[in-house]
Amino acid sequence: MAGIKDATAVVGIGQTPFAKQLPESEKALACRAILAALDDAGIAPAEVDALASYTMEETDEVEVAKAVGLGDLSFFSKVGFGGGGSCATVAHLAGAIASGQATVGVAWRSRKRGSGPRPWKNTDVQLPTPAQWTRPFGLLRPADEIGMLARRYMHEYGATRDHLFNVALACRNRANQNPAAIMYERPLTREMYMTSRWISEPLCLFDNCLETDGALACVIVSAERARDCRRRPVYVHSAAQGLPAQHHGMVNYWNDDPLTGPAWSAARHLWKHADFTPEDVDVAQIYDAFTPLIPLSLEGYGFCGRGEGAAFTEGGALEIGGLLPINTGGGGLSEAYVHGFNLINEGVKQLRGTSTAQVPGAATCLVTAGEGVPTSALLLRA
Amino acid sequence: MKTYTNEALLSPVLDDDGAPFWQYAAQGELRIQACSDCGELRFPPRPCCPHCHSFESEWRKMSGRGRVWSYVIPHPPLLPAYAEQAPYNAIVVELAEAPRIRLVGNLVSGPEAPLNSVLPERLRIGARVQVAFTEVNGMSVPRWVLERA
Ligand SMILES: [Zn+2]
Repeated sequence: MAGIKDATAVVGIGQTPFAKQLPESEKALACRAILAALDDAGIAPAEVDALASYTMEETDEVEVAKAVGLGDLSFFSKVGFGGGGSCATVAHLAGAIASGQATVGVAWRSRKRGSGPRPWKNTDVQLPTPAQWTRPFGLLRPADEIGMLARRYMHEYGATRDHLFNVALACRNRANQNPAAIMYERPLTREMYMTSRWISEPLCLFDNCLETDGALACVIVSAERARDCRRRPVYVHSAAQGLPAQHHGMVNYWNDDPLTGPAWSAARHLWKHADFTPEDVDVAQIYDAFTPLIPLSLEGYGFCGRGEGAAFTEGGALEIGGLLPINTGGGGLSEAYVHGFNLINEGVKQLRGTSTAQVPGAATCLVTAGEGVPTSALLLRA
Repeated sequence: MKTYTNEALLSPVLDDDGAPFWQYAAQGELRIQACSDCGELRFPPRPCCPHCHSFESEWRKMSGRGRVWSYVIPHPPLLPAYAEQAPYNAIVVELAEAPRIRLVGNLVSGPEAPLNSVLPERLRIGARVQVAFTEVNGMSVPRWVLERA
């Protein structure tokens, strides 16, 4: 079986500015990010024949294609479950291109989450199953749902707020190196973290991602075509989605082991098809809507054992020069929260050697989508 | 003293699978869906049994006793009716006779008491609790009180 290993590469990335509020529409931002990514790749919009995005993306394929002047599309795909779909957009395009269904794919996400509505405030659409079992009791927001798992995790494995602070700090330190990051000029201290307001105990303000307006896109072509592109190709080495048996989304309270989330099933497939192991990963971009997702993902993707994810963050392990530098653009916690698409583009920057917090000689990168919902992940290599 | 407004809290939106739970709740009973063929309990309710694929189910009466599996203390921003009572608690209870069956709820000082009626310091994982039903917008919903020693 040929598979998709190294058969495709990311050859272009693009992004808009990130801000709490941008004047342009989501549609305009999507077009800007897509055109920037195609320009970066040196590929004309008319050559694009495949698109992939999230089901939550509000600008549809027809709008994108007619606005930026794409060619005839032969493949288009949307992935569900919010931030869990980020890496799957690239995975779907890689599969389509490797199997000959398309030649030039663009994945994107445009979102005005900074100035737009908070999804949990919509009381109409979220009350049927499973919300009838959770929301009437005041478990209203993703922060409450993940906070519940975080409290149990802390109880079972002795994780502390200092461990969660390690995550927030590593992301903030990288954002402080990244002029495009929302938190570029705003350092974080332990004192600020420990005295900040609660959102849902045990999670405080700094355990929660940003609320951002912005858009990003990337361009995927075959490995052969990639060699002729303007930038150094970043190969899609392995890709996986994960929806474990008896999983319940962010309210994963109803199975034998609620703390074993989708990361574990995505990881099994991801590593099965890879030529390297977690020990060989030079840098990781791990979905960080909430700080506890990092220890849970470190365990799921095999960087440490069950219950060891919190301890893994000690001693500067997540910082540049540490055991596993993460979220080197600042992540969702401190660069921008655009459903994890900035993590994909930052992975590409690392393997091009152009990150603002470059890991010297980085040749392999893990990128993950949202843990705690049906998820996806990519292994990229230079 | 301002009284809290239970009426503005969200009500469960029923679907075919979950409706019997709320009908039994209206009678003051905590019942969980069980497969009529293999006997396995399942929650949340669903049309068929993931173990044996039978579409036949019954609703088995529980003792209403359980333990706190985890909890959070939400603070604003929240929907107005919840912000009014914040910080309050939301808990997950594992049922005494079926620890893998867990229910989200609230620990309160009595069935009619507000969501913030138990001090956050009194919450702890493993605490023994007992179900007690209260009425919200004409629907009977479970609350949880600490089991007396
Ligand atoms: Zn059965």
